[in-house]
Amino acid sequence: MRDEAVMNTAEAVDVERYLAEQEDKGLLRFITCGSVDDGKSTLIGRLLYDSKLIFEDQLAALKAESRQINRAQGEEIDFSLLLDGLEAEREQGITIDVAYRFFATDRRRFIVADTPGHEQYTRNMATGASTADLAVLLLDARKGVVTQTRRHALIVSLLGIRQLILAVNKMDLIDFDEATFRRIEADFRDFAEGLGGVTHVQCIPVSALKGDNVMTPSPRTPWYHGPALLEALESASADEALEERPMRFPVQWVNRPGQNFRGFSGTLASGRLAVGDPIVVLPSARTSRIARIVTFDRDREEAVAGEAVTVTLEDEIDISRGDVIVHPKNRPEVADQFEAKLIWMSDHELLPGRPYLFKSHAGTASAMVTRLKYAIHVNTREQVAAKTLALNDIGVANLSLDRAIPFDPYADNRATGAFILIDKLTNETVGAGMIDFGLRRSQNVHWQALDLDRKARSDLKGQKPAVLWFTGLSGSGKSTIANLVEKRLHAMGRHTYLLDGDNVRHGLNKDLGFTEADRVENIRRVAEVAKLMADAGLIVLVSFISPFRAERRMARDLMGDGEFFEIFVDTPLEVCAERDPKGLYAKAQAGEIRNFTGIDSPYEPPEQAEMVIDTTRLAPEEAAERIVALLDEAGRLRSN
Amino acid sequence: MLNHLDRLEAESIFIIREVVAECRCPVMLYSIGKDSQVLLHLARKAFHPSRIPFPVLHVDTGWKFRDMIAFRDRIAKEWDLDLIVHINEEGVKAGISPITHGSAVHTDVMKTQALKQALDKYGFDAAFGGARRDEEKSRAKERIFSFRNRHHRWDPKNQRPELWNLFNTRIHKGESMRVFPLSNWTERDVWQYIRREGIPIVPLYFARVRPVVEREGQLIMVDDDRLPLEPGETPQMRRVRFRTLGCYPLTGAIESDAEDLEGIVAEMLTARTSEREGRVIDKDPGASMERKKQEGYF
Repeated sequence: MRDEAVMNTAEAVDVERYLAEQEDKGLLRFITCGSVDDGKSTLIGRLLYDSKLIFEDQLAALKAESRQINRAQGEEIDFSLLLDGLEAEREQGITIDVAYRFFATDRRRFIVADTPGHEQYTRNMATGASTADLAVLLLDARKGVVTQTRRHALIVSLLGIRQLILAVNKMDLIDFDEATFRRIEADFRDFAEGLGGVTHVQCIPVSALKGDNVMTPSPRTPWYHGPALLEALESASADEALEERPMRFPVQWVNRPGQNFRGFSGTLASGRLAVGDPIVVLPSARTSRIARIVTFDRDREEAVAGEAVTVTLEDEIDISRGDVIVHPKNRPEVADQFEAKLIWMSDHELLPGRPYLFKSHAGTASAMVTRLKYAIHVNTREQVAAKTLALNDIGVANLSLDRAIPFDPYADNRATGAFILIDKLTNETVGAGMIDFGLRRSQNVHWQALDLDRKARSDLKGQKPAVLWFTGLSGSGKSTIANLVEKRLHAMGRHTYLLDGDNVRHGLNKDLGFTEADRVENIRRVAEVAKLMADAGLIVLVSFISPFRAERRMARDLMGDGEFFEIFVDTPLEVCAERDPKGLYAKAQAGEIRNFTGIDSPYEPPEQAEMVIDTTRLAPEEAAERIVALLDEAGRLRSN
Repeated sequence: MLNHLDRLEAESIFIIREVVAECRCPVMLYSIGKDSQVLLHLARKAFHPSRIPFPVLHVDTGWKFRDMIAFRDRIAKEWDLDLIVHINEEGVKAGISPITHGSAVHTDVMKTQALKQALDKYGFDAAFGGARRDEEKSRAKERIFSFRNRHHRWDPKNQRPELWNLFNTRIHKGESMRVFPLSNWTERDVWQYIRREGIPIVPLYFARVRPVVEREGQLIMVDDDRLPLEPGETPQMRRVRFRTLGCYPLTGAIESDAEDLEGIVAEMLTARTSEREGRVIDKDPGASMERKKQEGYF
């Protein structure tokens, strides 16, 4: 690799070929994070040093300074001195701010943002993560997955990084023990499963100090068959196929050299743009076509995501900075209110109701937080009620702007879903935000009229649609009874589906926790799914604790008259706790689970259930039989 | 797919346009070096077919290589630049020179103070510079939009967070921003880009036979008769070039046969020392660049 090129003399280097190769290189931006002594600086130092990016004069200065500062490392080079460029950092021996470093291999050019691990510098870590394609999380193999690891993984995932590399460092200190590595890998994968948006996790056993699995695979880990760190970095995907996404061209500057030219300069955030394309300008919704794509070098037929160009249109329409040009058939939402995740970056805490400047791809507006929904505890991912956000806090809030802007959810497009908040008086950057969705979405969503209705669909099945809603405490026997009912209906040739609380939480609702707000959302989604299934003509069995009357009421209101059957599986708390089929009551009573219905979260029994099942007096089979009879009497098991 | 030079170019153009869109009175610092040339070229690309919509400022110390001045004037004419040349007249009157006052005083008076004078005189609120993060370790920590207070000072411990490409350009009256569109470029990128785009650069970057004297391990070019020779010292004709350009008595040459861009790239591939090696002012201990920058040096 680079080694050989450097060892050769100038004459031996084929400059032409080298330059041709260099020009075709891609660029990958990544960040590194980890705790103080995990060996982060050593790792980056090694990547730079081994790719010959530390020059002799820099190395000599580094050696001298290593001796001078002497952090008890003997004669070894202290690579952290190379990275911690600020005096305060060198004095305190910690990383305060993000440092950007550069290196290249034969395959790729890299920009690495070395970010601080301390909690009080979270905002600087977010700065580094915001532009990164990938994150390398370091941990000490002797310590395993620690709180810091989880916090860093959460922050990078919030900022939309989809690819994580877990570098399990200091493997030399545990004799390259496979079992330890596997355990750490399993721990981490377990945690990463629940991180929204993370699609790739690669765990690599390394020794940054000795170089194992850093640049090349190590002979000391014959049990590891994955790539070395460098290879993983070289083969990671760089830009998330931005070119294939819907086209977004935010106008940055109106280019008007004279009367005869009126162009709109900007960087294509995503997608492709071609001469002749029909376009619409948002938020004004005026339409035209692309006349020219102008660059300094020549006019172009097409431009792709990432390119900075100037376009002209066939029609004279009023466009200014902050407008977004898109294709008419693939428009973003336009809204003046939305829900977003916020990272607070100021010593002055967030004040809901105070107007801040809001800067995004769509220019600058004035915005206020109308409701802070909750804060996210960065170490545990728990949602906690909050009235404000302090420095480095992360939360979810509703924002309201003084004008509507076009945007995409951040998960779909980082460039058109991100914003910063600026204090109007101090001009300080106080927050960074990622849009989840617009509020009042119904304005943009129109019902599609369908020719076939639920009756046509259920007639074909020889039944009428129905929703059997089983509610009751955890362990009351809801699922057992629902399961028996479904089996009976199935044996009778009826078309059914059973939505079970635990199962749905593994899939559709895996992003939800157990706070009151999440439980409400949990039920809302399940009720909507049940409604769609009933529309399909099915008899739907829903088995959810569903502790609040208001949500069961909401579910009932979604269905037509006579279609909703609320079945209260009435088992006293003491009986449920004694049965405790999943061991959950024991944990809840020990305080290990919070917000557990019946223990520290209320259950509101139904007031007008279609049927009440007292499981202390009725066996599950008998209960199932009664429920089927109820359905039959109500005429749901035949089509006319 | 864009290659890495395309991505760097687009990022820089975005930054340059953002300043023009948001700042009241921007200026581009022009040092006549290769990075400045790249920056100027990017500015032309950013606004085409418009002219570059801001002036270009050269802070002249009076000790630049003659070739640099000639090149500057040629480019200003050919590229239709709105060129401002500022020199610290007080420093000139006081007879400040790198030879009699040493590099530190000369740099402070004729560069740092002169720059502040010029920024204040014209009321510029944003100044582009060609600095790169790979040059020096405190640069590696600096934001692309680097905030300066009323006294042009940089506070490295309290930098604004800089997320995505959403740059906070808001300042109060009297405060300013230094903006570094080449932050993410490396020396190699700069040379590759110069070659790809055919950007003209000062001939001093190419090896020629030139008169030099050797002082404290540095080859100093005798660019005019203001350089006093030590007793017994005679200029030698050597084939040399410069990796970086500044005031001629403070800039060391290297012996080289690289007569064209291919030669320079080949030499860079085998280089064992950094480009700032030849800068006398960087030889101060420890965090000297950080301190200079806090005092307003670019």
